[in-house]
Amino acid sequence: MSLYDELARRLRAHTPTALAVVIDGPHAGATMLVSPGEPVLGGLGNDEITRVAARDTLGELEAGRTSTRHYGPQGQTTPEDLVDSPTVRVFIESFAPPPHMVIFGAVDFTSALARAAKLLGYRVTVCDARKVFATARRFPMADDIMVAWPDEVFLTQGRHLGPRDAVCILTHDPKFDVPAIQGALRTKVGYIGVMGSRKTHAKRMERLAEVGLHSDDLGRVMSPIGLDIGARTPEETAISICGEIIARRTGRTAQSLSATTGAIH
Amino acid sequence: MRELLDDLDRWRAAGKRCVLGRVVGIEGSGPRDPGAAMAVNEEGEVVGSVSGGCVEGAVVAEALEMLHSNSDARVVTFGYSDDEAFAVGLTCGGTIHLFLQELTW
Repeated sequence: MSLYDELARRLRAHTPTALAVVIDGPHAGATMLVSPGEPVLGGLGNDEITRVAARDTLGELEAGRTSTRHYGPQGQTTPEDLVDSPTVRVFIESFAPPPHMVIFGAVDFTSALARAAKLLGYRVTVCDARKVFATARRFPMADDIMVAWPDEVFLTQGRHLGPRDAVCILTHDPKFDVPAIQGALRTKVGYIGVMGSRKTHAKRMERLAEVGLHSDDLGRVMSPIGLDIGARTPEETAISICGEIIARRTGRTAQSLSATTGAIH
Repeated sequence: MRELLDDLDRWRAAGKRCVLGRVVGIEGSGPRDPGAAMAVNEEGEVVGSVSGGCVEGAVVAEALEMLHSNSDARVVTFGYSDDEAFAVGLTCGGTIHLFLQELTW
C-alpha cells in the first residue's frame, strides 16, 4: 500500500493523521505520514531529520495545527545551530477529525442549520427524544441521528466535545432545554447556543438559576442563539447561528467590514 | 486534501500522472489557509483550489510543465509585489507560497 493510499484510508476513517513533506533543502518532496500510536510511514530523506520532525509533527497534530518548521542538515532545531547552515524546511499538515455539531430538536430550523453546518465541514448529529420527528428521512444531511434525551446524548458524546465543536439547542421546550444546557456546560464544547424569543430566554434563565446554574456558567451560553441580522426564515436563522459560531471562535465583533479597519482574516 | 481523494483515486487507478499543489504559506491577506490543495492531471483536469480563483490558471500551467519536464518538487510564489517575476497576482494583494509536487508517493 502506498503512502497516498494509507493517507486516503486514514482521512476517510477520520483517523487523526499528519503529513510532513520537505519543501526546501535536500530531498525536497520526501514525505512521511504520522499518526498517534502508529509507526511513522515514509521519511524525510535523513534519519535524524525524520526522527526530530516526526516528534514535532505529532505535537502539531495534537494541537490541530498546520505549519512550516526549519531544521539544520542533521535535524538541529536550536537557533544557534541553524545560523550559517543551510536549513531544511518541512511543511506539516494536520488532518484532525472534522468539528462536530450536535443539534437538539428535530424541527424545521434543524434541517436548515444541519445543511449550513455541513457546508462549513461539520459532522452533524441531530438529537430528539421523539422517534417520529428524529428520522433520517427528515434529516438526510445529518451524519447521525439519535432518538434520545439530552442526558443520554451527553453520556455518549459529551467527553468527545471540544473547543472546535458546537451544541445548538433548538427545542425551545424547557423539558429538553434545561437538561441539554446543563449537559453541554459539563463538556469542553466551544459553542453553546439556545433558541428562543426574548420572553422564552428570560423564563429559561430563571429556570436555570433555579436548578443551581450560576452566571459564570451561563456566560458560556449564547441565548437567544445567533447574530442580530434580522433573520426570519429557518435558512436565514441558520446563517445567523453559523455567523455567531465563527465570530465566537475568531473573537471578532461581527460588524460589517466596511465599518471596521484592520486585518480581514 | 480530503475533498480531492475521490478524483485522485480515479486518476491513479487510470494510471494518470498528476501534480499536487498545496498552500504552504501566505503573507498578508490570503483567501485560503495553508493546507488548501488542488491537483492537476496530465490531461489538464483540475480538482480543488488554492486561492479565490486568482492563481489556479497559472498553477495548471506550472503543473503541466512540471510533468512534461519531470522536474523536481518546488515552492512557487504568487504575489502582487514582484511584477516582473510573476505575471499572476492575487486580487486581495497578498502573497501565496505553493508547494508543487508530482504525486509519486
